[in-house]
Amino acid sequence: MKFIKFLLVGMVFGIVMVKSEAISWYRIQEMFRFQAFHMYGIIGMAVVLGVIGIQLIKKFNLKDTSGSPIEISPKEKLFKSALYGGIIFGLGWALSGACPGPMVVSIGDGYVSFIVVVLFAILGTYVYGYFKDKLPH
Amino acid sequence: MNPWPWWFSGIIISAIMFTLIFFGKSFGFSSNFRTICSIAGAGKKIKFFDFDWKAQLWNIVFLVGAILGGYIAHHFLSDSNTVVLADATVQDLKALGFDKPISNQPSELFSFEAIFSLKGFLILALSGFLVGFGTRYAGGCTSGHAISGLSNLQLPSLIAVVGFFIGGLIMTHLIFPLIF
Repeated sequence: MKFIKFLLVGMVFGIVMVKSEAISWYRIQEMFRFQAFHMYGIIGMAVVLGVIGIQLIKKFNLKDTSGSPIEISPKEKLFKSALYGGIIFGLGWALSGACPGPMVVSIGDGYVSFIVVVLFAILGTYVYGYFKDKLPH
Repeated sequence: MNPWPWWFSGIIISAIMFTLIFFGKSFGFSSNFRTICSIAGAGKKIKFFDFDWKAQLWNIVFLVGAILGGYIAHHFLSDSNTVVLADATVQDLKALGFDKPISNQPSELFSFEAIFSLKGFLILALSGFLVGFGTRYAGGCTSGHAISGLSNLQLPSLIAVVGFFIGGLIMTHLIFPLIF
């Protein structure tokens, strides 16, 4: 039962991904061709509100629902891997038209073919783990 | 039943991030791929997957919810999935052999039949592989870096997002004309 709230938040996420068309390969093409504001608006709005909200959390030392102070861990300062990994990710994002959330949501949206995409994404993560120590970070 | 406007979707996505933060978690979808590898036993051979995956089960439940949400949106909250795309994009895609959108995804790439053609399968497999490899190498995806990381003013996240765009622009403008 303690997990039910995460199921509900996940459902909201799936619904908003479909209803905003952020899961659409076409919308990602529009974005990478700079031909519409739609995707920039979605991500930009989320980030602007996110920056404001996180500043407020820090300023007022807000606590989470269990009563512990909220700590937002910083990202590791690994700049090479952020760039190289980011570029590899971007190649796949434009080709599949889907980042990890949307590719999973697309299965629920009725696209069986995205099961293949997700299975190979899991394989990609496995291969990264296998070669991790040999890659520049 | 119309698509939701960008501003409303942006508000909901940031609300999802803050809900997870207030639950003591963080918004990062692609961590689930690592967790799935760990559940499948990859931690026995590879240290990267040797962690307490039970602590990440909440995120797997979030993933299951996301699939259900996609199903609900498709069957109960949509009457037509025609994406109203910018004219310029329709023209560009037409030149590459893609018809005008009649659903969220082009049937040229994502129809059931596409799985069973060599080129179709390779595109599905390669695109998934690049996303799964790249996101873990970069340390996050659109949710972990672009939304959560930028919201927390993280420089590695800004670099990763720049990387996402370099890769996306190379694929769209240089590689698409070669493969489509």
